[in-house]
Amino acid sequence: MIIKTTKAIPGHEITDEKVFKERRTLIKSMMAATLVGNSQTLLAQSSAKWPTLAQSDLSAKTLTPTPEKLVKEYTNYYEFSFNKEDSTKLAQSLAIDPWSIEISGEVENAGKFYLEDILRKQTLEERIYRFRCVEAWSMVVPWVGFPLVNLLNMAKPLSSANFVKFTTAQQPDVMPNLRNESILQWPYTEGLRIDEAVHPLTILAVGMYGDALPKQNGAPLRLIVPWKYGFKSAKAIVKIELLKKAPLTSWNKSAPDEYGFYANVNPSIPHPRWSQNSERLLGSGFFTSRRQTELFNGYGAQVAGLYSDMDLRHFF
Amino acid sequence: MMEKFTTFLTMIQSKNHRWSLIFTLCLLPLLGLLLDIIFNNLGSNPIQALHIRLGDWSLRFLGITLAITPIQTITHWRGMSDYRKLFGLYSFFYATLHLLTYIAVDNNFMWGLIWTDILESPYIWFGIVTYVIVFLLGITTSNWSKKLLGRNWKKLHRFIYIAGIAGVIHYFWQLKGNLAEPLLYALILFFLLGFRALVEFTRRRLSKMMIPRRFE
Repeated sequence: MIIKTTKAIPGHEITDEKVFKERRTLIKSMMAATLVGNSQTLLAQSSAKWPTLAQSDLSAKTLTPTPEKLVKEYTNYYEFSFNKEDSTKLAQSLAIDPWSIEISGEVENAGKFYLEDILRKQTLEERIYRFRCVEAWSMVVPWVGFPLVNLLNMAKPLSSANFVKFTTAQQPDVMPNLRNESILQWPYTEGLRIDEAVHPLTILAVGMYGDALPKQNGAPLRLIVPWKYGFKSAKAIVKIELLKKAPLTSWNKSAPDEYGFYANVNPSIPHPRWSQNSERLLGSGFFTSRRQTELFNGYGAQVAGLYSDMDLRHFF
Repeated sequence: MMEKFTTFLTMIQSKNHRWSLIFTLCLLPLLGLLLDIIFNNLGSNPIQALHIRLGDWSLRFLGITLAITPIQTITHWRGMSDYRKLFGLYSFFYATLHLLTYIAVDNNFMWGLIWTDILESPYIWFGIVTYVIVFLLGITTSNWSKKLLGRNWKKLHRFIYIAGIAGVIHYFWQLKGNLAEPLLYALILFFLLGFRALVEFTRRRLSKMMIPRRFE
């Protein structure tokens, strides 16, 4: 059985077609970038895993990515530490090979899938997205990945699947805050409504900056939902369940007044303790203003329709 | 070598030099920050790091200022009030840099963004309360204002307790997860204020019993 939303599969097809058509422009722009001396492209050509990936129309090609070093050294990974620098160091002990993902619940084809087998069937593409953290900072990251809907289709969701729950890695030996049972109930879980999950902007990322994902950034496989606050984009996913009812998600469970299930980026709905109106773009210099945060992180044209009949203040 | 060390010791022992030494030591956090800016050591979000470190030092100096009276009471060591004044002024100094960083370095004087940010961020309200108090205490430090304000001077300067509490809440409320550090500040503040409450309580009981006061 196929999901109710008819746009899922055609959407995927359209994406591929555009990626294909995009190739020439991409090659041209890459040549231009090399001429200007874009260090990233140079780096990519020398050693990166995926130096020349196709980019779909869903990638923000005009945005300048945040310097890679800043993205690598500024990660929230509470399983390891509450401190961004420490979590980067500690995350290096995460065991990620081999990796499998269990898909279960309201699907025809439940089972355990090895990451390499999944990747063999996927065409990877680069998606330059804005990433907005609930802590009011943001960055621009060129992710490498594939639409989540492609993986969901492999498992053939039933029409009763209304929500998707993501469960992340649980390795207490290397995750101090799992052993201390600090702050959240572990493992970290996140969730999406099915129409959000099959939206062409929602991807599973396996890399960034043309290379494999660093462990602190969510290796080997993470969710990226660019119009939602960063905590929705769960890292190191081990299980994907399709459910009839909405799952309880980690932050929502721990502080329901502060972190909603939807967590769509919205400058006019402040966190109870701080404003969400503006954000600090990483990499911008001293004496540069903060950036005005955009509704749905700037992806309103693509996703506002998902929430057209909803009170965003109530479903925050 | 030994000679130099002896001169150094006499230098510290002389009151004037000791004051200058402590005055200079209090500038070291600022020097450290400037070096970290020059050598790009502030991490991926240097503006936030700078902002937080200045706030941290303001709160630390506020704590040190509040610790002087209990230390005097316990050790009966007089003559520390000069240093209390110095530390209090340093708290004001770092708080002012913290505020200027917010307005200029982080927001580049975009008053619209600043206004919305303040309106929608309760944690900033506590920061403002703290700053207003520290500012008022800072500008009324001189002996001249002490004379001018008379009895009200002491009343005004008791607001430092509220500044301490509001400052810790300001720190606490902007965090998402790691509460260990603000809890440490809260604990220290609890002891510093608790000590005063205890002294006051004992004084009242003693005066009720018509026993001569033992504490100031």
